[in-house]
Amino acid sequence: MNSIPLSIISRLLFPLQLTLSIILLFRGHNLPGGGFIGGLLAASAFALVGFANGSARMKTFLLFAPSVWIGTGMLLALLAGLMPVLMGEAFFKGLWHYGIIPTIVAGDVKPGTPMLFDIGVYLLVVGIASHLVLLFESKGGD
Amino acid sequence: MSNLLAFPIVIPFFCAALNILVKNGIFRRVLAVVGTAATLAVSIALLTAVEASGVVVLNAGGWAAPFGIVLVADRLTALMVAISACVGFCSAIFSLGDVGSAANRAGFYTFFHILLGGVYGAFLSGDLFNIFVWFEVMLVSSFVLISSGGSKAQIGGGMKYVTLNFISSGLFLTGIGLLYGKAGTLNLADLALKLASPADRETMLPAAMLIFTAFGIKAGLFPLYSWLPASYHNPLPTVSAVFAGLLTKVGVYALIRIFTLVFPLEGTRMADLLLILSLLTMLFGVFGAATQMDARRILSFHIISQIGYMTAGLAMGGLGGLLSSIFYTIHHIAVKTNLFFVAGILEHTSGSGVIGRIGGYWKTRPLFSFLFIVPAFSLAGLPPLSGFWAKLLVLKSALSLGFAVTAVIALFVGVYTLFSMIKIWNEAFLKAPPTGDHPTRRIPLVFFIPVMLLATLTLFFSLIPQGLLSFAEAAAAQLINPTEYINAVLFLSR
Repeated sequence: MNSIPLSIISRLLFPLQLTLSIILLFRGHNLPGGGFIGGLLAASAFALVGFANGSARMKTFLLFAPSVWIGTGMLLALLAGLMPVLMGEAFFKGLWHYGIIPTIVAGDVKPGTPMLFDIGVYLLVVGIASHLVLLFESKGGD
Repeated sequence: MSNLLAFPIVIPFFCAALNILVKNGIFRRVLAVVGTAATLAVSIALLTAVEASGVVVLNAGGWAAPFGIVLVADRLTALMVAISACVGFCSAIFSLGDVGSAANRAGFYTFFHILLGGVYGAFLSGDLFNIFVWFEVMLVSSFVLISSGGSKAQIGGGMKYVTLNFISSGLFLTGIGLLYGKAGTLNLADLALKLASPADRETMLPAAMLIFTAFGIKAGLFPLYSWLPASYHNPLPTVSAVFAGLLTKVGVYALIRIFTLVFPLEGTRMADLLLILSLLTMLFGVFGAATQMDARRILSFHIISQIGYMTAGLAMGGLGGLLSSIFYTIHHIAVKTNLFFVAGILEHTSGSGVIGRIGGYWKTRPLFSFLFIVPAFSLAGLPPLSGFWAKLLVLKSALSLGFAVTAVIALFVGVYTLFSMIKIWNEAFLKAPPTGDHPTRRIPLVFFIPVMLLATLTLFFSLIPQGLLSFAEAAAAQLINPTEYINAVLFLSR
């Protein structure tokens, strides 16, 4: 499909959706949001690019293959569980750094292992959802 | 608090993540062996930890039970994790020769690791909802493994498997919902306290029956076993060996866990129901096997009949009944996985699993034939093999508790199992091959090693049964008197 309005709008919406997804990711610890919802929103941004401009463009926007997103996400989430083990605490105990990272879009972010876990989930969801969209866009075969 | 409990789950998922990231086929194969070996080491450490302190508990995230997610290992759990880790390790070695590069590229090992992680997770979970979650993890990954070849038979078997198991999940979730609505908790130890009086348990009978039916489907109890023989003979031999060893036994484990801790069967009508179903399961399993001519199909039906022995032990109850159930399960996992390996080797070397079309192994492959005899006759219960001890324990508790019919049926099914094993032996090993040319294709070392390892384990259980017996007896004692479990989870772990 080649629709010029959709193609232009997707380019306008893409940075907005991605920003919103990151806001959702970082506010998710105490407020509605989190890695899963943020990841879905980001994946829908990539999917919109794919629907408007073809899956080749979607792949370049993704920078890495979906499997890299999925694997990295899984590893980060596991790391969030294992870091407290290395510190002699219970598996998956939340470790917080008592500093604050001020960000422009998502306000003040407290770094800690639950945040890391959410980032892992975010990457994983982006990877899986984009993988599905790419599969549906492909012409069968593999 | 012991972080040791997390590692049987973490290691498989770590391996799965690496499998997704690294596409190199040789790396994936090496990782499968190294990862399962690491889990085996952890599971042995867990056995010694449980031996030392009785019940080991991990409050994940530092949140105490019953509010947090809790991982618990008592003796039964540790034993099941250890024997499953043995199966995982042996299957990883077997897969080196069995899984082709196409299946490897398609991500076989990713789902292999996730399946094993799901099995360990189901064993270690201390609450019903997480058992459900791990069941789903197992279900999804095993569906991928069953149907990954893409042939019509594989997809068909996979569909039957997934449909019946989805029904099971639905019933399980409904039961969980009822239980949570009434008791306000799903932590097993907390449920055991909240439903301590028989009158309270009586009101939760619908939930108990739903959960019972769900686990019955998973375990392959009569009349809900039809998914098992429809799906187990189609996938890669490695896959069906892992399934045969572990999947139904997770259902048996869940039955033992819930129906000793939360809903003790002792003296209820559910115990009678379970006993009748167990006997029917034994009988229908062996009758089903008698009509089959495909080695893996025969063995699939024998899984069903053997499940009957395990649940019969649970239904009869008491220390002897539970001991026989635990001993039977452990012995069966080692033996059944091994038999599926042997069936896989038959298919690889003769190109067919139909025993009428092959033959002649005894003449050209005597060592391999001997390695079939050990698990096959152990399954049938010939002395002095481990199956003999397992059946003896079932018979002993049946006779001492006055279940004469159970004892007769257990003996009868044993004889019938022997008949099936002799059928495979006569057809595939003893008789001259119908085509005239004896199987001469070399059996690769990666096929021999796992069969040898599991046969050694079976011989160990057979000739020195005291070690497993005393451990299983202590495990049964923990199940009968669950105060140690409850205290460890709710009070001591804070």
